[in-house]
Amino acid sequence: MTDHTVKSFGEQLETLSALVAQMGGLAEAQFASAIEAIARRDSQAAERAVGGDARIDEIQIEIEERALKLLALRQPMAVDLRETLAAIKTAAELERIGDLAKNIAKRAMVLNREPPIRLTQSLARMGKAAQNQLKQVLDSFSSRNAEEAENVWNRDGEIDEIYNSLFRELLTYMMEDPRTIGMGTHLLFVAKNIERAGDHCTNIAEVVYHMVRAGHLANNRPKADHTSETSVPFETRETHA
Amino acid sequence: MHESFSSALAKLRGNSWPVVIGMVAGGAVVLFVGAAMFWALLALALAAAMIAQFVTFQEPVLRPAEQNPDDPLALLPPLTRLLLEQLPMPVMLLDGAERVLFVNQSMRDVLGPGLDRKRASAVLRNPEVLAAIAGAGRGEASNVPFTLPVPIERYFQAYAARVSIAPPVTVLLLHDLTMVRRSEQMRADFVANASHELRTPLAAVTGFIDTLRGHAKDDADAREQFLEIMATETARMRRLINDLLSLTRIEMNEHVKPQGRVDLEGTVRQAVAALIPLAAEDGITVTVDAVPDLPPVVGEADELMQLFQNLIHNAIKYGREEGQVTITLAEADGQVIAAVRDDGEGIASAAIPRLTERFYRVDVKRSRERGGTGLGLAIVKHIVSRHQGRLSIESKLGEGSVFSVFLPAAARENAGKAPSPQPVTEML
Repeated sequence: MTDHTVKSFGEQLETLSALVAQMGGLAEAQFASAIEAIARRDSQAAERAVGGDARIDEIQIEIEERALKLLALRQPMAVDLRETLAAIKTAAELERIGDLAKNIAKRAMVLNREPPIRLTQSLARMGKAAQNQLKQVLDSFSSRNAEEAENVWNRDGEIDEIYNSLFRELLTYMMEDPRTIGMGTHLLFVAKNIERAGDHCTNIAEVVYHMVRAGHLANNRPKADHTSETSVPFETRETHA
Repeated sequence: MHESFSSALAKLRGNSWPVVIGMVAGGAVVLFVGAAMFWALLALALAAAMIAQFVTFQEPVLRPAEQNPDDPLALLPPLTRLLLEQLPMPVMLLDGAERVLFVNQSMRDVLGPGLDRKRASAVLRNPEVLAAIAGAGRGEASNVPFTLPVPIERYFQAYAARVSIAPPVTVLLLHDLTMVRRSEQMRADFVANASHELRTPLAAVTGFIDTLRGHAKDDADAREQFLEIMATETARMRRLINDLLSLTRIEMNEHVKPQGRVDLEGTVRQAVAALIPLAAEDGITVTVDAVPDLPPVVGEADELMQLFQNLIHNAIKYGREEGQVTITLAEADGQVIAAVRDDGEGIASAAIPRLTERFYRVDVKRSRERGGTGLGLAIVKHIVSRHQGRLSIESKLGEGSVFSVFLPAAARENAGKAPSPQPVTEML
């Protein structure tokens, strides 16, 4: 990263914000490559996603260092303080999203060695939904838009619902044919990783909301992931085409 | 002599200030005239350079920063500015701190409003493009491909170059490759989908032909029955091909904003009129319930017609016999909401988020029996997404389903400008 000539406190804060946006862009690109690797059985895209992780970690360290310096030397107050904290927190969430993308990409490499399966298309669609959330929440960060952040926060349930449906379908699938368990497990983890990425987006939404409004989004986040309580009874297996 | 000299000196000494002032003033006048001429010449040279650039699109002009250090854009002649504004290619000008100086309408269409004075990383986070902009700032022009994956996938080639050193100005041009990339992908997808989905009915038809040639050769009853089935199967293939073609067509244009204004109530009533005979077969009554004075929507009439035909057709197909299908039209928050309600069996909640996937069927056998292609709702989804609308599906088992479409309302005829449609994300 080229070192900016720092002229003012405002500029320092802005640089911090620009770095978060830049890191967001990297996370978006990495996540997009991971989803592409699944959707198009593209192992090159998977490699891009795995390789993109290092740069994200670098920027996270730079953000933390700059933020710490700012806190120590400038002792920011009110909105400036919240912006500094938001940068640190968002960077941490983005770093997690990067890790999840990397994991999805690694599993895509395994899946791409197996014969194609229609369910990967459903996963790709779920991935798109999460990508959308990531884009919207990063937009809300850049434009300091609390309402947009709140919308992202409210929409997480939709990803959870796709996850529930895929979870059930995969369980049924694996019960029908034990030979699919290996692949099914990878698919389950991919789905779970996408769902987790969606959760990190809602965390960022909370951070943005707090940064702009100084208040908190209510604690009862719309949680629609019921898979931790889901089982598919052996007798009622349904067949899917 | 000496006395006169000294008195003259004294005189001179006494009157020295006006002389000095006069000399300084004289010098200043000369300087001022010189500066004015300098600026006049400079302005002429600049104008000539601009015209040269305008005509030949040649080497960038290096302009003096002193002229207006706050706004390098003031250097652009109005005509050039208008030209940039109306260029169908997305254009962005950035200053030395990678802050947006100027974006034209095409760029706003791609990136959304509110871009002025923002940093490049805040408006276009793509790492390759940011690297290209940073490189351009150091004088290295580059050309990079990049993708905007959501909400609607778009492909671009981005060209970034420095056009002026002082003041520092970088230009970013985008070349839209979406159409090209889409047609490549579509062709591949079409072949894959068509060959997979056409195999089943084709196998059936082939099987019956073999039977008719073989042991059913002289059985008149069997022949009639088989021909009937073959007719049904070929009809299904035709529907499938039609649906695949319209899906392909809609996907091709999904990133192009619709331009027309559509009276939704008229469209819905027309769609209903075409489907009344089908509804009558199952004894289903279809009613349209619209609030008075509904605003038109921004949209493509043919596509919206297809959207409602598909939704109403589904409601009839999966509704209860002797049941009710109701279409309500209302307006809220600058959107027109059209809800198609049936009183059929309803859809299990696990299936709802998957309904708009192509070839996803809740009940494969039932869908086949009812002549479904598995593409109806995928088509609906793509039309809604092109119209920057939203589709919501609610259903209760045993009570029926409601498919609601939210579309941005257009300004009424008497009102002024159309409200800029809010990009509403469609998650299904």
